[in-house]
Amino acid sequence: MLKRVISPDEGKGLPLLDVKNLTVEFHTRRGIVRAVEHVNVTIEKGETVGIVGESGSGKSVTSYAVMRILDRAGHIADGSVSFSGFDLRAASENDMREMRGREMSMIFQSPRLALNPIRKIGKQIEDVLLQHAQVDSDVVNEKAVEMLELVRIARPRERYHAYPFELSGGMCQRVVIALALACKPQLLIADEPTTGLDVTTQKAVMDLVVELTRERGMSTILITHDLGLAATYCSRIVVMEKGKIVETAESEVIFRKPAHAYTRKLMRATPRPGISLPDLLPENQTAKTKPLAPTPKMRNQMPLLVVDNLVKEYPRQGRSGSLGKLFSRNRPVPESEIFRAVDGISFSIARGESVGLVGESGCGKSTTSMMVMRLIDKSAGSIVFDGEDIGEIPASRFASLALRKRIQMVFQDPTDSLNPRLTAARAIADPLLRLGGVPRNKLRAHCEGLARQVGLPVELLDRFPHQLSGGQKARVGIARAIALKPDLIILDEPTAALDVSVQAVVLNLLQDLKDSLGMSYLFVSHDLNVVRLLCDRVIVMRSGKIVEEGSTAHVLVKPQADYTRELLAAIPHPPL
Amino acid sequence: MNESATVIRQAAAVAEKPQRNSMLRHARYVMSENAVTGFAFALFTLIALCALVGPYVVPHDPLASDTTATLKPPSLAHWFGTDQLGRDIFSRVIVATRLDCFIALSSVALVSAMGGLAGVAAGYFGGWTDRIVSRIADTIMAFPLFVLAMGIVAALGNTVTNIVIATAIINFPLYARVARAEANVRREAGFVQAARLSGNSEARILLLHILPNIMPIMMVQISLTLGYAILNAAGLSFIGLGVRPPTPEWGIMVAEGAGNIISGEWWIALFPGAALMLAVFCFNLLGDGLRDLVDPQRRT
Repeated sequence: MLKRVISPDEGKGLPLLDVKNLTVEFHTRRGIVRAVEHVNVTIEKGETVGIVGESGSGKSVTSYAVMRILDRAGHIADGSVSFSGFDLRAASENDMREMRGREMSMIFQSPRLALNPIRKIGKQIEDVLLQHAQVDSDVVNEKAVEMLELVRIARPRERYHAYPFELSGGMCQRVVIALALACKPQLLIADEPTTGLDVTTQKAVMDLVVELTRERGMSTILITHDLGLAATYCSRIVVMEKGKIVETAESEVIFRKPAHAYTRKLMRATPRPGISLPDLLPENQTAKTKPLAPTPKMRNQMPLLVVDNLVKEYPRQGRSGSLGKLFSRNRPVPESEIFRAVDGISFSIARGESVGLVGESGCGKSTTSMMVMRLIDKSAGSIVFDGEDIGEIPASRFASLALRKRIQMVFQDPTDSLNPRLTAARAIADPLLRLGGVPRNKLRAHCEGLARQVGLPVELLDRFPHQLSGGQKARVGIARAIALKPDLIILDEPTAALDVSVQAVVLNLLQDLKDSLGMSYLFVSHDLNVVRLLCDRVIVMRSGKIVEEGSTAHVLVKPQADYTRELLAAIPHPPL
Repeated sequence: MNESATVIRQAAAVAEKPQRNSMLRHARYVMSENAVTGFAFALFTLIALCALVGPYVVPHDPLASDTTATLKPPSLAHWFGTDQLGRDIFSRVIVATRLDCFIALSSVALVSAMGGLAGVAAGYFGGWTDRIVSRIADTIMAFPLFVLAMGIVAALGNTVTNIVIATAIINFPLYARVARAEANVRREAGFVQAARLSGNSEARILLLHILPNIMPIMMVQISLTLGYAILNAAGLSFIGLGVRPPTPEWGIMVAEGAGNIISGEWWIALFPGAALMLAVFCFNLLGDGLRDLVDPQRRT
């Protein structure tokens, strides 16, 4: 057994982690890029510190430098990192291997990627315990089950034998936490631990992390882009911008009296109760956006979209063996083998109205939007768009119809939704060419007009998606969606992959476009705070059914269903 | 290391100014970054030169026999020596480049078009298309490939065209499988959905949106099979199928020289064999470089 690298009484009186003047450089094709510059952070024993910043601010790189897991192109150029007085920068790779997991461990963003997909979760916990020689091999099994119990996985003895794919995202993240805490480290670095998780799962996971680390007197670094989340769970917050620390403050102070302009901008951009869309923008920009005109109520008009008793069924997988399927292809599938993703929902959208469709992952909101979009076929029910039952038209034929022009979509991930081999101009021009009937020689002018409309600099039109930032890609996606002047746009979490400040701008842009073009929105999201800003009406879905429907103000202030209340309570409430 | 990638990309995007000769510049960068790629491209240029102008510049007529100078070892007059009929091996090796490269290129062009399209369609549409394409690929894979190629050439007739066809057929499964897997991953990608919303027909999505995106991977495959195709063509000629003597061809020349190695005339088989090896080696190395060239993500 190797000796403990840090003895418990070593480094008394010193902070647990002391980062001084840290500079990290990356060697790239165009020379050296400084990702982190002169960063100073100290973390005391038992303290929870949040590092907040937008993508590219160097917050993750800082933590990778501390763990010494920078990729090959990056190296620590300057500064010192000491852990209880132990110099991490000078430590040998062998010592670092001992340190990682035993003294400091990390939770990564995507729990599913962090787990070995073909190894039982119990075995994976045992691996860590045995690796660091924490327990003897005859009790390691008990210890692993104990760890699963600690992170509140129900029926831990059974789940010991589960594979990661059999568990939900939230459960996977619990297993990752169990892995990280198994060797009782003194420092836990959580790098966006809840991004991609539902808001209720986020609350459960964060509560668990905070409680466990507090119980064990551990220090935690929470790396996040969500100022609200950091302020809720951390005692101190470090704000980073472009590789530099711009502000360090107690979390109560930071919301009340943000000192730095960037912190103020971030804070303003964070959606929170009691504000309207223009409030999200930086102070100097609010002047030019006019206050929102109330959406005209057009009660006498026929609604644009009426969805009635819509159902989507999928055969349950794995119930009947493939051999059985082979021999009885045409036999009707028994009822029990059918899974109803969308279970008889009805709603309508008026012209110029924006409706929010809210629920957690797996509630059927995406399936609903795909059916309305006519990308997949329904199982039963009707989708009436402007008097015509479009649900009857097979999805495979819909692409060639003139109706296609009138329903468009903005996708969740701006990167994934742009063809990597087409320039921005070509991407925007695609619908114009196929359905718009715009002659080729006028195409460029059209694209430039659309780019101006969504605030995309015209000179960026010739770039490929990977040369654009997240916000610019989102604008290209929006320009493509409005190119055909549709009546209905489905927004599928259009800002989920964006930084808060970019989200603020994009939300405002969407609102302006709606006002000027008179479109209707169906806004699909799991974030009630965002939905509140953009939508007139909210529909809350759970397990394929609508649990609550009503005006935004009503649903958010006086929720009727327990589930809505649960959703609202799970939103992080920073101390204001 | 998401974050570090973002940092680098943003820095690159700032520095990036779209330039007219960016493709050339990019090619130069790819080669200077990776010395092996640079070497492979240099070798490729040499092979291409031999194939294009070789027949016009060689010192001797590759078919002219000289009974006074048979089985001469390498000398200043005959750099690679002469064979049993007194033909100049250097000239024959150079002239053979064109035929071997022609067979390899045309068979790879044929199979990458057929296999690539079939594979993309199988991956994108699934269902019956997938079953048919996959089973055809499985059937071909069930044979020892070289023996299958022998059988095809023997059955169809002993011509260069049939060597091209046989080489294409035995490489079909490689292309179909790679293209199928890549198309399958992209079938539900956001940009494919977006293309559908823009009113693109399925065929358009397949050809204009999915196919270009799997080009980088296909490029690697193409370069690897080029080497394999040359080897295959030479192998067929070696056992007496396909190209017939006295046409200069590396496989035949190795076959002709094989019997003389034991009696000490090593140069007859060695030089065509070395040319063959260099060509295969070059095409195998080329793969990475070609992928970097056609992948827009690498062009930051």
